[in-house]
Amino acid sequence: MKKAIVLGFEVPRGPDGVSIVALLQAIQDKYNYLPEKFLRRAAREMEVPLIDVYSVAKFYKSFSLVPEGRHQIVTCTGTACHVRGSEKITEEISRTLGVEVNSTSPDGEYSLKCVNCVGACASAPLVIVDGEYHGNMTPLKAGKLFAQGAKGKTAVS
Amino acid sequence: MAPLPVKFKTKEDFLSFKQRSIEQYEKNRCYLAVCGDTGCSVQGSKNLYDQLEIYLRKQGYTENVKLKCTGCLGLCENGPLVIVYPQEIFYQRVEPEDIEEIIEKTVIQGEIIERLLYSDPVSGEKYIYGRELPFYKSQLRNLLEANWKIDPGSIEDYIANGGYAALVNAVTEMDPGAVVEEIKKSQLRGRGGAGFYTWVKWEECRQQTGRKFIICNADEGDPGAFMDRSLMEGNPHSVLEGLIIGGYATGAQEGIVYIRAEYPSAVEKLKLAIDRAEDLGLVGENILGSDFNFQVYLSIGAGAFICGETSALIASVDGRIGEPVQKPPRLVQNGYLGRPTVVNNVESLANVPLILRDGAQKYCRVGTEKSSGTKIFSLVGKVNNTGLVEVPLGITLREIIYDIGGGIKEGKQFKAVQTGGPSGGCIPASSLDLPTDFDQLSSAGSMIGSGGMIVMDDETCMVDIARYFLQFLADESCGCCFTCREGISRLLEIVKEISDGSAKPGQLELLKELAGVVKDSTMCGLGQTAPNPVLSTLRHFEEEYRAHIEQKHCPAGVCRELITYSIDQKLCNGCGLCLKNCPAGAVTGNKKEPHYILYDKCDKCGVCTTVCRAEAVIKQ
Ligand SMILES: Cc1cc2nc3c(=O)[nH]c(=O)nc-3n(C[C@H](O)[C@H](O)[C@H](O)COP(=O)(O)O)c2cc1C
Ligand code: FES
Repeated sequence: MKKAIVLGFEVPRGPDGVSIVALLQAIQDKYNYLPEKFLRRAAREMEVPLIDVYSVAKFYKSFSLVPEGRHQIVTCTGTACHVRGSEKITEEISRTLGVEVNSTSPDGEYSLKCVNCVGACASAPLVIVDGEYHGNMTPLKAGKLFAQGAKGKTAVS
Repeated sequence: MAPLPVKFKTKEDFLSFKQRSIEQYEKNRCYLAVCGDTGCSVQGSKNLYDQLEIYLRKQGYTENVKLKCTGCLGLCENGPLVIVYPQEIFYQRVEPEDIEEIIEKTVIQGEIIERLLYSDPVSGEKYIYGRELPFYKSQLRNLLEANWKIDPGSIEDYIANGGYAALVNAVTEMDPGAVVEEIKKSQLRGRGGAGFYTWVKWEECRQQTGRKFIICNADEGDPGAFMDRSLMEGNPHSVLEGLIIGGYATGAQEGIVYIRAEYPSAVEKLKLAIDRAEDLGLVGENILGSDFNFQVYLSIGAGAFICGETSALIASVDGRIGEPVQKPPRLVQNGYLGRPTVVNNVESLANVPLILRDGAQKYCRVGTEKSSGTKIFSLVGKVNNTGLVEVPLGITLREIIYDIGGGIKEGKQFKAVQTGGPSGGCIPASSLDLPTDFDQLSSAGSMIGSGGMIVMDDETCMVDIARYFLQFLADESCGCCFTCREGISRLLEIVKEISDGSAKPGQLELLKELAGVVKDSTMCGLGQTAPNPVLSTLRHFEEEYRAHIEQKHCPAGVCRELITYSIDQKLCNGCGLCLKNCPAGAVTGNKKEPHYILYDKCDKCGVCTTVCRAEAVIKQ
C-alpha cells in the first residue's frame, strides 16, 4: 500500500496525497483519541483552518475527542443483532460496568460504544471486547463476561 | 510455493506462471479447508486452525496433509466449518477436541465422523458432502464457489482457479470499447442498491478524456448485510481484478477502494492482494507490456453510513465530511478531484471477471430478462440456516427462506423479511412468492438493496423495527437537508410514542403525511428512502400499529412500556434462579416458595424468562 509519513505517523496515501481523515485515523489509532495539540498540528500541516479538522473529527463516529477507556467494549446494534435482542445486552453491560453508552467509565477502564453491524450477523448478537468477538450473546452471558470487572478485578483479558 | 514473482511482461509470462500455479495446486489435493472468515472466527475457527497446524506438525503429516484458511464457506450458523479434501467431506461445529479424530480417522482412513456431520434441523437427515446439503443445493454459487477452493492470501491459488485470465485477455486482446460492450451484453446491474446498468456508467466515463478515477464502494453500511465483506475476505483478488478491468475499460488509471473500518480483516486481505498484484505487475505501470497503467489506493472509512452514497463517499475519500452534493453534474462528469469518476459496488466488480471469462451470453442465461446473473444475500435473523447464499436473480423469497434457509428457527411462525436495509422495507408472508429481482421487490414497498435479508418471526414487533430504522437514520443523517434532519426525527418521535403507548388516534395519518414530505423533499438517497421502513410496515402491518395505539398492546411482546412480566404462582417451584439472576433486583420470594416480581423495580430485561426452567415467567 502507498504510504507517507506525516507528523511522524505512517498514513495511507491516496491519489491526491494524504487526506485529513486518513491522518486523523492514524492519530486516533495511536492515542485512542484525538488530542487537541494534534488537531492543531494537523491543521497546520495540511494547511487548512482548524475548524475544518475539527468538523471532520466531530462528523465521523470512529473519532473521539476525549480519551477512551483502556478496554474498548463495542456492542453491535445492527439489524440482525437487534432482532435477536442486542438492546438488552447493551443495557446489561452498561449496568454491570456503570458506564453509559458512548462514554467512558470514571476510572478510565471501560468505554462502551455501539456500532451498526460488524458483518458477523450469523452469530448475532455480538459484543466485541478489545477486538475480540463474542457471538450469540445473551444479557446473562454479557453480565457474566464483565461480572468481575465491576468488582474491580481485571475482567476482560 | 510457486516461484517468486517476476513482473509479467507478456501474456505468455502469465500463462506459464498459471501453469506452474496449477501444478502446485494439483499437488496439494489432500487438504483441510478451515473457514477463516470473521463469521467463523467468532466461533473459534482461528484457534482451531492453529491447533490443527500444531497437530499436523507434531505428527509429521505436514508434507501430505495441507491446511488452508479460506474465506466464508457459507453456512455461518454452524461454524466453525471444516471441509476435508479431496472427498469434500463437510464437518460443522468443529471443536479443537475433534482434531485428532478428524486427522486419524477421516484424513488417513477415510472414515466419516457422524457427530460432526450437518443434520437438517427439520428432517434430521445427515449429509456427508457439502454440495448435498439443502442449503447449498438450491444455490448457484458462481461468485462464492472459489471461496471453498482458495486461500485468499495466495494469488497463485486464485490464478490456478482461473483468476486474472479475464484481465490478461482484456488488456492483451480487447480494446476498452469491446470490454464495455461485453458488460453491456451481460446486462450487469449494480449490486450496491440502485440496480443501475454498469455499462452505462462505464461508457460515459470511457468517452471522457484526461485524468479519471474508478472507485470500489466497499462501505457496506447496510446493517445485517455482509456479502461484500465476505467477498473481500474470501476472494479479494476477484474484486481487485474487476476494479482493474473497470479501469482498463473506462480509461481510469487510478482506482480507489473505499472500505469501512469496521472490517479490519477485509482491509488486511485487500492490502495483501494489492501488494501481490503489484509484485506480479498486474497493478502498476505498463501492465503486461501494454500502455495501460493502473494504481490502486485504499481509503478507509471512519464510520458514517452516509459515506456509502457516492457523492458523500467522494467527499470522504477527499478527507472532508461526508455530505452528499446535489446532482447533476453527475460524477462521471465531475467526481473525485473534479474529474470523471465511476463508483461501483464490490459485488458488481466481482461479477466482471466472470462475465469476461465465460462470455456475456452465458452470464445472461442466469437470472431473469431484466436482472441477469446471481445475487448474494446475507440470510440472517430468525432463520435456521443463517449465512451467505448466492442465488440466480428472480428466485422467490420463499425458496430462499425455506428451501435454503431451512425455515424459521424453533418452528415459529414467519412474520416478515426485511430487505434493502434502512432504505428497504418489510415484506409479509403474503408476498413470499415474489421473485427477487430489481423491479419486483419494489412493488411490495421494499427493494433488493445491497442484499441483507433479515428474517423475522412472530416475536418481532413491526413498530419496534420501524423505530429501530428511524433511530438508525436519525443518527446517520448528515443533517444537510432540513426535511431529512428534522423530518426523520419527528417520524421517530411519533413512532416512539406509538411504541410506548402514548400516541393519540390520528397519529398514523400524520405519520403517513410526514413520510411523504421527507421522501419528496430531500436531496440524496438516504432521505428519499428513509420513510420506507415505516411505510412498508404500515402498509402490511397496520393492525399491529393500531393495537399499540388503541389497545396499548404490543402483540409481539417487544415494546417495553406495553408489557409486564409476572410469575405463575402455580408453576414456580421457588428454585430462586430468577432472583439470583435478576439484574434489577426485582424478584422476591422465599426459597422453595413461589416468587414474585416487583413491578416498580422490573425494567423488563427478560433475564428471568431465559433462566426459568419451570417456564413460570409470564410475559403479557
Ligand atoms: C445512504 C446510502 C448508502 C449507500 N451505501 C452503499 C454501500 O454501503 N455500498 C454500496 O455499494 N452502495 C451503497 N449505496 C449505493 C451507492 O450510492 C451507489 O449506488 C453504488 O455504490 C453504485 O455501485 P453499483 O452501481 O455497482 O451498485 C448507498 C446509497 C445511499 C443513498
Ligand atoms: S447486525 Fe450485528 S453483526 Fe451484523
